[in-house]
Amino acid sequence: MNDRNYKGFLYLLPALLFLGIFMVYPLIDVVIYSLEEGYNFASGNFNGYGLYNFKYVLHDPFFIQALKNTSIIVIITVPLSTLIALLISLGLNSIKPFREFLQTLYFLPYVTNTLAVGLVFMILFKKTPYSDGLVNLLINSLGYSSVDFIEGPYAAKMFVMCFYTIWIVMPFKILILTSALSSVNKDYYNAARVDGTSRFRIFYKITLPMISPMIFYLIITGFIGAFKAYSDEVAIFGTNLNEAGMNTIVGYVYDMLYGDSGGYPSFAGAASIILFVIVFTITVINLLISKNKVNV
Amino acid sequence: MKVTLQNLTKVFPGRNKQVSEDVIAVNDFNFEIPDGKLIGLLGPSGCGKSTTLNMISGLEKPTSGKIFFGEEDVTDLSPELRGVGLVFQNYALYPHLTVKGNILFPLQNLKKDKKLTKEQMNEKVEYVSKLVQIDELLERKPSELSGGQQQRVAIARALVKMPKILLLDEPLSNLDARLRLQTREELRRIQKETGITTVFVTHDQEEAMSISDMIVVMNKGVMNQYGAPQEVYEDPKNLFVAKFLGTPPINIFYGSVRSGALYIGKTEVMKAPGLDDREVYVGVRPEGFIINENGPLSCDLERVEVMGRDTSIVARHNYFTGAFIRAIISSEDAPRSDLKTVSFSLKKNKTYIFDKITEERLYLEN
Amino acid sequence: MENLNQENKKRKIYNNIKTGLTYFFLAFWGIIVLFPFYWMLLTSVKSYGSYNSEYIPAFFTLHPTLQNYKEAFTAVPLFGYFINTLIFTLVTTGLMLIITLLSAFAFARLNFPGKNVIFLLFLSLMMIPNELVVITNYVTITNLNMRNSYPGLILPSVASVFFIYLLKENFEQVPEEIYKAAKVDGTSDLKYLFKVLVPISRPTVITIIILKVIECWNSYVWPRLVTDNPRYFLVSNGIQEIRENGFGRENVPAMMASVVAVSIPLIILFLIFHKRIMEGVSRGGTKG
Repeated sequence: MNDRNYKGFLYLLPALLFLGIFMVYPLIDVVIYSLEEGYNFASGNFNGYGLYNFKYVLHDPFFIQALKNTSIIVIITVPLSTLIALLISLGLNSIKPFREFLQTLYFLPYVTNTLAVGLVFMILFKKTPYSDGLVNLLINSLGYSSVDFIEGPYAAKMFVMCFYTIWIVMPFKILILTSALSSVNKDYYNAARVDGTSRFRIFYKITLPMISPMIFYLIITGFIGAFKAYSDEVAIFGTNLNEAGMNTIVGYVYDMLYGDSGGYPSFAGAASIILFVIVFTITVINLLISKNKVNV
Repeated sequence: MKVTLQNLTKVFPGRNKQVSEDVIAVNDFNFEIPDGKLIGLLGPSGCGKSTTLNMISGLEKPTSGKIFFGEEDVTDLSPELRGVGLVFQNYALYPHLTVKGNILFPLQNLKKDKKLTKEQMNEKVEYVSKLVQIDELLERKPSELSGGQQQRVAIARALVKMPKILLLDEPLSNLDARLRLQTREELRRIQKETGITTVFVTHDQEEAMSISDMIVVMNKGVMNQYGAPQEVYEDPKNLFVAKFLGTPPINIFYGSVRSGALYIGKTEVMKAPGLDDREVYVGVRPEGFIINENGPLSCDLERVEVMGRDTSIVARHNYFTGAFIRAIISSEDAPRSDLKTVSFSLKKNKTYIFDKITEERLYLEN
Repeated sequence: MENLNQENKKRKIYNNIKTGLTYFFLAFWGIIVLFPFYWMLLTSVKSYGSYNSEYIPAFFTLHPTLQNYKEAFTAVPLFGYFINTLIFTLVTTGLMLIITLLSAFAFARLNFPGKNVIFLLFLSLMMIPNELVVITNYVTITNLNMRNSYPGLILPSVASVFFIYLLKENFEQVPEEIYKAAKVDGTSDLKYLFKVLVPISRPTVITIIILKVIECWNSYVWPRLVTDNPRYFLVSNGIQEIRENGFGRENVPAMMASVVAVSIPLIILFLIFHKRIMEGVSRGGTKG
C-alpha cells in the first residue's frame, strides 16, 4: 500500500512542480508585489507595504483610458457577438443542405493566428497615401467620405476593434450554440408544430429556455475573455497601444512590466489584481442571475 | 373524424454511398379509419408505421398519394392546420414548464377568433386533467413525475385542444409491464369517453389486439391486413400476419398438398378440397391441436407444462419449422408426461395453409 | 376549408421566403469569414508595383507573382521564425503530453492520500487568469537568466490543468477491470498507461495535441515578454516585427505573403482535423 502511495505522487510530480512554480507561487507573489511600495526592479528594494500601488494605478490616466476601452469592448462585443452567434446558429439549425459545410467554414477563424489576420484587417481598414482601403471604398460608394479607421477618430478605431473582436470570438460561440441547439430533442419542436405554435413562440418558450444554460455559459466566458482583450488590439493597432489610445487593462499590465514604460512589476501586479477583482465580481453576478433565470 | 389514406407512399432517398438505394418506408397504402374508432398500427420495427403516423400528423410529406380528414384533402396542409393531437414515444414534455404549463401550451397558441380567455383555458385544463386523472399534479414539473404520470400529461396535452384525430406513437413502450397493462385500459377508456378518432402505433401485438377496434398489420412498408383484431387473428391473409399475431405464436410446419389432401411429411393431416398440388406451409394455432390417440400428427413429447386451466404441450416434429411445437389444450385432456409420443388431430378453423413461395393464404373449398 | 388552404399557401410562401433569407444571411456571414483570407491570398500574389498603383484595389489579379514570398523569406528572417515556432510547438506539446498523461493516470487509477483534495486544487487553478501569474513568471524567467532562450519560452506553458482534467475524465471511462487484469498479469503501470489507456483514449489524446499545437502556434503574449532578440521570435512576434519594422517601405504584398505563410500550416491542420478540433473545443474548450 505504501508503495502505491508513493507512486501516485511520483506520477504527479512533474505537474505539481510546474504548476507550483508557474501558477501557485506567482499567485501569492503577485499579491506581495502589489503591496510593495516603491519597488525597484533592478535592485529589488522597496520602501514598505501598503496600498499605494493600487492608488497610483487607479489614478493613472493610461489605466483609466485602458479601463474605458476595455469596458466599451466588453459592453459592445459580448452581447452583440452572442446575439449574432445565436442568429447564425438558429439559421444553421434550420437548414439542411450546406449545413455542415457552413459550420466548418464559420469555425475557421478559431484556428488562425490573431496577429496575422489582424494585419489583414488593418490593411482593409487603413487609409494610406496610395489608397483609402477597401472598407473606405465601400463607404465612398454609399456616398460618404473616407474615415481613417486605424489612426483616426476614437469611435472609428473602436468600431474596427469591436468588429475584429467579434470576428475572432464568433467561431467558438457559433460552435457552442449550434451544438446546444442540435441537442434539443426534435420531438419538442414536432409537438409544438402540431399544436400550431408560432415560430416566435417556439423560439421564446421552448428553444431559449432549453439552451439558456449554454447562453449563460457563453456570456460568462465572453465577459472573461473580453476583459482580457489584448492581442487582438496589438494585431490592429501595433504594440504601442497607449499612443493609439486603444490600450486595454491587460495591455497596461504588460506595459508596466516590460518595454519602454516597463520595469514596474508592482504597478503591473496591482493592475492585474484589479482586473481579476472586476472579472470575478462580474462572473459572480452573472452566476447569481443565471441561477434565477436559467431553467434546467 | 374519418381518415382516408389513398395510395399513400413515402420514399426516403438513399442518403450516402453505403445506402445509395432509396428506402420505401410506406408503399401504396389504402385504408379508411372510421370515425370515432381506436386503430392500432401494428408491425415490427422499421415497417413504416411511425412514418405513416407522421404523414397523418403532417410532420412528414408523402412522396405520393393523398390523405383525407373527412372529405377534406389535407395532404398539403402543414401540421398546425390539421388539428391533430400527437403523443410522442418519449412524451416530449417541456421540462421547464409545469404540468399545467405543458397542458396550457397548445391553448395559448390559438389566435384571433379562436383565442380563449384565462377562464376558458383553465376550464379545459381542468376537464382533461380530470379525464386522465392528473388533476393533483398540475403544479409539478415533468421531472418530478413517474413514467406513467408523464404519459398521462402527454395525452392531456394532446387532448386539451380537442383534436379531430389523436395520434400516439408507441405510447406504452416506455412503461414497465404492469403499468403498461393498466395504462392501455386507461387509454381505451379515455378514447371511449372522448370519442376522438385515435390512431396508435405499436410493435406489441398483444397491446394492439387488446384495445383496438381495428388493427392494421404492416410489414416492410406494405399493409398486410386490416380488420377487427379477432377477425385478423382468426383469418390471417398471409404467413407474416399469422406469425405476427398471437401468443404463444402459431406453429408452422412444412407441408404439401397432393391430390386434394394436406400432408405434413408423409402423413395426411386433413382433406384439402380445391387446392392444386404444391409445397405449402401449414400453420396451426396453439389452441388448434386436439389430443387424439389416433390423430394423424404424431410428435415426440418433450414436456408438459401445466398452467392451471390450460396445459401447454411442448413437442418436436421433423417437419416443424422451429425448434418446439407448443400446443395449448384443456388441462382435463392433458396426456401423461412420461409418454414418449403424443398424437394430435387438427382443428380445421385453426389450421391455415400458405403457399410456400408467395406465402399467401390458400383457402379450402367448403 | 378554403380558408385553411389559403392559410396553408400563405405559410408555404412565408416559409420559402424565410429559407431564402436564412441562406442569404448565412452566405453573408460566410463571406465575412472568408474575405480576409481571400484578401491576404490575393494581395500576396500582387506585385509591389501593381498593388501600390491601385487606388481602387482590384478583386483579382491576372498576373500573380510569387516574388513576395521570396521577399518574405529573404528580407526578414521568416524562416527562422518558423523554425523557432516549430521547435517551441513540438517541445511544448511533447512535454505537456507527458505531464498530462502521467497526472491524468495518477488521478484516474492510482490511490494516494489527499488525492481528492489535490484534484480539487487542480480544478480551482483552472479559474486563475494567466494575467495574474504572468508578472511573477516574467520576473522568475528574467532572474533565471532564461530570457531569449527556448526554456524560457517553453517551461511556463507545459502544465495544463484543463487537459489533465479532460484526459482524466476519459481515462476513467475505461473499465477499471482492465487495469486490474493488467495488474494480475504483472503489467507495469507505465506499460498499462501507454499500451492500454493511451490507445483506448486515442481520440482525446489527439484532440489535446491538436488544441495545444494551435495554442502554441498562435501564442504571442508570453513570447513577446521574454524575447527581444529576433533570433528567438515566434511567428506571431515575427508578424508584429514585420508590421512595425519589416520590408523598409510599407510593402503590403510582402507582409501578406508572410501572413499567408504563417496561416497555412494551421489551415492545413484544420482541413484535416476539423471534426476533431470542433469536437474538442465544444467539449469544453476555453477561448471566447
